[in-house]
Amino acid sequence: MRARSLSRWLVQGAVLLAIIASPPGRAAAAPAGAPPQVTIGIVTFLSGAASGPFGLPAKTAAEFWIEKLNREGGIGGVKIVPVVVDEAGPTDQVVTNYRRLVTDQKVDLVIGYISSANCTAVPPVAEELKALTILFDCGTNRVFENAQYKYVFRTAAHTGIDGIGAARYVLSVKPGVKTIAGLNPDYAWGHDSWDIFEKAIRKLKPDVTVVDTLWPKLMQGQFASEISKLQADKPDVIFTSVWGGDFVSFIEQAKPRGLFAQSLVVINNDGANVEELGHDTADGIALGFRGPHWISIPNPARNPLQQQFIDGYRARYKKYPMPHGSYHVVQALQGVKAAYEKAIKAGGRWPGVDDVIKALEYSEFDTPSGRIRLAIGHGHQAVEEAVYGTTRFDPQLGFAGLGGIKVFPVKCVNPPDGVKVVDWIEQGFPGAECP
Amino acid sequence: MDTLTLILLDGIAFASWLFLVSAGLTFAYGVLRILNIAHGSLYAIGAYTGATLAGLVLHSGANPFLAYPVLVGAALLVGLALGPLLERGFLRRVYDQEEVITLLLTFAIFLILEDGMKLVWGVSPIIVAEPYALLGQLPLAGVTYPVYSFLLTGVAIVAGLALWVVIDRTRFGKLITSVIHDREISAALGVNVPRICTVAFTGAAMLAALGGAFTAPMVSVTPGISADVIVLAFAVTVIGGLGNISGGAIGALLVGLLRATAIQFFPALDLFVVYALMAVILLVRPEGLFGGVEVRRI
Repeated sequence: MRARSLSRWLVQGAVLLAIIASPPGRAAAAPAGAPPQVTIGIVTFLSGAASGPFGLPAKTAAEFWIEKLNREGGIGGVKIVPVVVDEAGPTDQVVTNYRRLVTDQKVDLVIGYISSANCTAVPPVAEELKALTILFDCGTNRVFENAQYKYVFRTAAHTGIDGIGAARYVLSVKPGVKTIAGLNPDYAWGHDSWDIFEKAIRKLKPDVTVVDTLWPKLMQGQFASEISKLQADKPDVIFTSVWGGDFVSFIEQAKPRGLFAQSLVVINNDGANVEELGHDTADGIALGFRGPHWISIPNPARNPLQQQFIDGYRARYKKYPMPHGSYHVVQALQGVKAAYEKAIKAGGRWPGVDDVIKALEYSEFDTPSGRIRLAIGHGHQAVEEAVYGTTRFDPQLGFAGLGGIKVFPVKCVNPPDGVKVVDWIEQGFPGAECP
Repeated sequence: MDTLTLILLDGIAFASWLFLVSAGLTFAYGVLRILNIAHGSLYAIGAYTGATLAGLVLHSGANPFLAYPVLVGAALLVGLALGPLLERGFLRRVYDQEEVITLLLTFAIFLILEDGMKLVWGVSPIIVAEPYALLGQLPLAGVTYPVYSFLLTGVAIVAGLALWVVIDRTRFGKLITSVIHDREISAALGVNVPRICTVAFTGAAMLAALGGAFTAPMVSVTPGISADVIVLAFAVTVIGGLGNISGGAIGALLVGLLRATAIQFFPALDLFVVYALMAVILLVRPEGLFGGVEVRRI
C-alpha cells in the first residue's frame, strides 16, 4: 500500500517537473501589445442534417488543429481559445448568434459557416461590426461576385470549381457523351450546382442534350421514382449534388438497380460519408472534391502538414479527416495564423484588425491541402485545384478508394479575378490553362 | 405504356411507405385525440434499432434472411418499450387539456428523444443496406425493380389488414370504437379506458417503429430523419382525414401516385403536388377525405 502510493507520488512528481521544465512553445515570445489570448468564434453545424457529414468533422478538426497550433506557440506566441457555436437554425437566428459572438463574447475573429445561405447573410453584418470573418466551407460563388467586402474572406474555393471540374472530368473519361441528366436537391445549392455543371459541359461540348432534370426535396431519402425515370431515359451521364443522408440513401437504392453500371454518375459532394458507407459503396462513381483533399491528395509524403493532419486526426478519432469540412476549417486556421504572423513581422507589434486584413489580402499560405492562394474576389477568395476520381472499393481502406484521379489546375477551373463564374463559362473560359 | 407501369409501380411503392409511416399517427389521433409530434422520433428509433439489430445479425454470419424478422422484432421491441412509457408517463396527464398543450408536450418529447438518439447512436450514419438488395431485382417496364419495394407493400398491407381486423373484428376493437366515440360513457359502462389508451398508443408506436425499421435498409439512418418524416406523414394523414385508417391508406395512395406522375412528367413539381393536394383537400373538405364531421357540443 505504502509502496504503491510512494510510486504514484514519484510518477506525479515527475510529470509535474516535466511540465515545469518544458520550454514554453517553439515560437518566440509574444510581441508588444499582445493580448493574453486570441479568441476565435467557430460556427459550424452541431445539430441537424448537415452536422453529421460536415459540421462535426469540422468541429473536431478545428479542435485538433488548434491544440496542435497551441502546442507550437499559438499565433505569434499567443494562445488560441475557440468558442464553438452551432450554425443550425433559421438565417436570422444565425445572424443574431454572430452578433452575439462579436459584441458580447468579444471574439477577435469568426471562422464559420457551411450553409451558403448563412455565407450570404453574415458578411454585411461583419462589415457593419468591422469584425474579421473567415467563411471556411460554404460553396456559393455569389459571396464575392455580387459584393465587395473588407472584413470577410473565404479560405476555400467556391462551388464553381465543382461544376467546371465535373464537366472537364466527364469529357476526359467519357468524351463521346451525348445525353446528361441532373438529380439535385431542390434548393439553392442543388440549383447552383446543376446550373454551373450544365452550362460548363454544354459550352465544352455543344451537342450534349439534357434528358432529365429531377429536383428531389432535400433529405427526402426516397429516390425510387427518380431512379426509375433515370433508368428509363438512360442518360450517358447523371450529375448529382445530393449530400449527407441523401447521398447514402441514393447509393443504397441505385446500386442494386444497376444505375451506376448504366450511366456515369458524377457526384460533387466532397466524399462525405464515403468512409461510413464502407462495403456498401458503389464502384464506378465519379466523385469530386472542392480542393485537393483526399487521403492521397495533394500528397502526404510531400506535404508534412497533411501527414501530421491525417496521422494525428486518425490517432485521436479513428477516422480519416473528412475531405470537406475538416480540411476547410484547417485551411482557415492556417490562413489566420499566417496573416497575423505576417502582420506582426511587418509592424513589430501585435496587429490591429486592419493590419491583419492587409496581410491576408492576396496572401498565400501552406495547409494540409497544399498551398492556398487568395487570388480572386479582390484578394478575399481562395482558389483551389479541383479533384475528381472514380470510386472502387479498397479492401485495405475498408471503403471506396479512388482510381483514375485527375487534378485540374487552379487556372483550369477558376475564373480570373473579377470575372463571375457563369460569365466565364459563357465566354468560353478565356485564359483557362488546362493540361 | 411503360411510363404508366412505372408510375403505378413507383406510386404504390411510395404509397406503401407513406402508409406505414403515417398509419400510427392517424390511429393514435383516432383513439386518443392526440396529434403526436413524437411519432417521427418513434419512427427514427425504430430505424436505429432495426439497423443496429439487423447489422448485428448480418455481421454475425447468420442467415442474412433473418434480418427481416429481426426488423419486425425491432419494431415490436421499440413499441413495447416506449409506447407504455410515453402514454402512462406523459400523455395520460394531458388528455383533458387543450390541444395546444398536447402538441407542446409531444414536441418536447420529440426534442428529448432527438437528443437521446444522439447520445445512444452518435451522429455518424448507420448504414445497413444488405436487406434492400438481398431479395434481388425484377426487370419490369424497361427498368430493374427491387423486390424489397414489393416486400414493403406487403408489410403495409399486412399492417393495414391487422389494424382493420383488430378494430372491426375483435372485442377489443369494439372497446376501442366505444372509447373513440365517447370516453366518458365507455368508462361509465365499465370499459377500462386507461388500459385501452395504453394498448392503442403502444400499437401506434409499434407502427411508427415498423415504418422506421423497414425504411432503415433503404436510407442512411442519421440524426434529423425524424423531423423529415413527420411533415410528410402529417400531410398524408390530413388528406385522408385525421383518425381514419382507410382514409390514411387512400391518402397515401393518392400522394404516392401523384408524386410518381409528377416525377415522370413535371419533375420540378415533385414536392409541390403533395402539398397542393393537401391544400385543395383542406379547402374543399377541411375534415379530410374520410374524416367525420365534428359535432360541437354546447
